[in-house]
Amino acid sequence: MNATATRFGIWMALVPLLIAILGLGLQGLAIIDTSLFFTWGYFLEVLIAGLLQGVLYSLVALGFVLIFKASGIFNFAQGSMVLFAALTMVGFIEMGLHWTLAFILAAGVMVVLAIVIEKVVLRPMVNQPHIILFMATIGIFYFLDGFGQTLWGSDVKVLDIGIPKDPMFVLPNVFEGGILINSFDLVAALVGAVLVAVLAVFFQYTRVGRALRAVADDHQAALSVGIPLKTIWAIVWSVAGIVALVAGIMWGSKAGVQFSLALIALKALPVLILGGFTSIPGAIVGGLIIGAGEQVAEVFLGPLVGGALQDWFAYMLALGFLLFRPQGLFGEKIIERI
Amino acid sequence: MSEAASLTSEAPQSAPAASILSVNNIEVIYDHVILVLKGVSLEVPQGGIVALLGANGAGKTTTLKAISNLLRAERGEVTKGSIEFEGRRVDALTPNDLVKSGVVQVMEGRHCFEHLTIEENLLTGAYTRSDGRGAVQADLEMVYSYFPRLKERRGSMAGYTSGGEQQMCAIGRALMSRPKMILLDEPSMGLAPQLVEGIFETVKRLNEAEGVSFLLAEQNTNVALRYARYGYILESGRVVLDGDAEKLRENEDVKEFYLGLSASGRKSYRDVKHYKRRKRWL
Ligand SMILES: Nc1ncnc2c1ncn2[C@@H]1O[C@H](COP(=O)(O)OP(=O)(O)O)[C@@H](O)[C@H]1O
Ligand SMILES: [Mg+2]
Repeated sequence: MNATATRFGIWMALVPLLIAILGLGLQGLAIIDTSLFFTWGYFLEVLIAGLLQGVLYSLVALGFVLIFKASGIFNFAQGSMVLFAALTMVGFIEMGLHWTLAFILAAGVMVVLAIVIEKVVLRPMVNQPHIILFMATIGIFYFLDGFGQTLWGSDVKVLDIGIPKDPMFVLPNVFEGGILINSFDLVAALVGAVLVAVLAVFFQYTRVGRALRAVADDHQAALSVGIPLKTIWAIVWSVAGIVALVAGIMWGSKAGVQFSLALIALKALPVLILGGFTSIPGAIVGGLIIGAGEQVAEVFLGPLVGGALQDWFAYMLALGFLLFRPQGLFGEKIIERI
Repeated sequence: MSEAASLTSEAPQSAPAASILSVNNIEVIYDHVILVLKGVSLEVPQGGIVALLGANGAGKTTTLKAISNLLRAERGEVTKGSIEFEGRRVDALTPNDLVKSGVVQVMEGRHCFEHLTIEENLLTGAYTRSDGRGAVQADLEMVYSYFPRLKERRGSMAGYTSGGEQQMCAIGRALMSRPKMILLDEPSMGLAPQLVEGIFETVKRLNEAEGVSFLLAEQNTNVALRYARYGYILESGRVVLDGDAEKLRENEDVKEFYLGLSASGRKSYRDVKHYKRRKRWL
C-alpha cells in the first residue's frame, strides 16, 4: 500500500511538468505547421475539460478493478450495469420520486442484483476456470441489457438531478477571455473524488475492507481464517453496482440515458490497460490520462490526420503501454522473494 | 484400518472420551475420481499435541483440509466416514462456521496475505469474532507476546518478511480467532533448524498456557515426535502405524524410514519382517 502511495505522489509531482512539456511540444508543432492552432489558455481549457471527462472514465474503470481484484473475474457486464443502474434511477424519478429517494432505491436494486448474481451465477461456478466466469459475465451483460430495456423502455431518456450546467470562466486576467470550465463536469469530478475517497477509507480501515483485500490476495488463506468468500463477493459486486450507479447518473445526465452508455465500458478497457487491472489509483490516473489525452489530441493534433482522433487515441495509447509496461502504471507487482 | 499396527495396548478408537477431535474412517476423493484417503481414523485428545507423519504425497494435507473443510475449494470431497469436533459432527460446516466453533488451519506454505501488513494479517484472523474491539486488541498483544518479532515488523507488508516471520504471522493469524484447536500443516518447511525449534517451542507454550490442541502434519519426523505426545504415520492415504511419541521414536521401522537411523548389525529373522513391511510402505 505504501509503495503505491509513494508512486502516486511522484506521479502527482510530475504532472505539472508533463503538462508543460506537452504544451511546449504542441506550441512548437503549431509554429512548424500552420494548419495547427495553439494558445496556452485554450490548451488549458481543453486539458481541464478532458480531465473532468476522464473522471467519468475512471469511475467506470473503478467498477472493473473492484471485481477483478476480489475475484479475478473480468466483469464484461460492468458497462451494462452502468446502463441498468441509470435506467433504474430514471425509472424511479419518472414515478415521481425525488432524486435522492430514487438514488437510494436504485442503490438498493444494485445490491439485490449483486446478491442474485453471486447466488445464481458465481456460486455454482466457483471452481471453474476464469474464462468460464468471464463468459458468464458476457451472459450477464446481455441479460441486463435486455432486462433493463424491457423494464424501463428503450427510448433515450433525460436524467436531470439538478446539477448546474452553466459554463464558468476562470482566470480571465491571466488568459484572454478566461478558461471555460463546464460546471457540470466540475460537479461530476467532485462526486467522483468523494466516492473514491470513501472507498479508499473503507478498504483501508474497516474490518470488511481488510477482508476484501485479504480475499484479493489469497482466496484459500482467506477461507482458512474463516472469511466467507460468498459474502465478500456479494459485497464487492454491490460496491461495484453502486459505483456503476454513480457513473451512470453522471454520464446519463450529460449525454442522456441510452444503450450507448453500456458501451462506455469499451473506453474503460484502455484505462485499465494504462492503470493496471488491480489498482484503484491506477484506474483513477488512467482515466484522467485517457480523458485529457484524447481531448488534447483531438483538438490540437486532429487537423494533422483529418480529425476523429478521439475514437481511437485511447486504444493507441493502451497499445503502446502493452508493449512497454504490460502491468500498467500501477499494476501490482507479484512479490517474489528468493 | 485392520492393517494398521498399533503400538499402544489400546486401539485409537477406544481412546479416552475426552478427545476434542475424532476422524472416523474417512475417504477423500478429488475431482470425483482420484481416491486419496482410503479410510483414515485418528483422535486428538483435549489439550493434546498429535503429529501426523508421512512422506510427501502421503495425504497429510488432504486429511487436515478434510477436517477444516477447505477441500471443497479444491474439488475434493469426503465420501465416507465422519468427523467430530467436541462430539459434534462437523463434516457439513463451512470453513467460516468451523472457525467460529474453534478449529482453524494454518496452511502449508504459510499463505500470508502478501500485500497486507503483518498487523493487518493478524487482524484478518479475528474476522469471525464478534466480541468487540477491546478483546481483539488484547489478543493482538497476546500474539505479540508470543512472537515479539511480529511486533517489530507489524507495519511491514507480509510479502516482504522472511519465511520464519511469515510462519509466525500465519500461526499468529490463526490464534487471533481464539481457536480451541489448530491444524498446523508443515510448519518446519523451508526453515532453518534453529527457527524450526523456535516455532515448535512456541507451539508447546501455546498448548500449555492457552490450552490450544494441535494436530500437526510434518515430514520432519524427528522434531515432530519430540514435541507431540502421540503420532500417526500415513502412507498412500492409510494410517500404517500409530502410537505414543516415545514408542514411535524407538520403533525400528520409524528409525530406519523416517528418522534416518538404521538399526545396524542386527541380522535375524526380524530383518525379513522389516523387509516385508518396507515393501508395503514404499
Ligand atoms: N487438488 C488435488 N487434486 C488432485 N489430487 C490431489 C490434490 N491435492 C492433492 N492431491 C493428491 O493427493 C495425494 C496426497 O496429497 P497431500 O495430501 O498434499 O499429501 P501430503 O500433504 O502428505 O504431502 C497426492 O498424491 C496428491 O497428488
Ligand atoms: Mg502436504
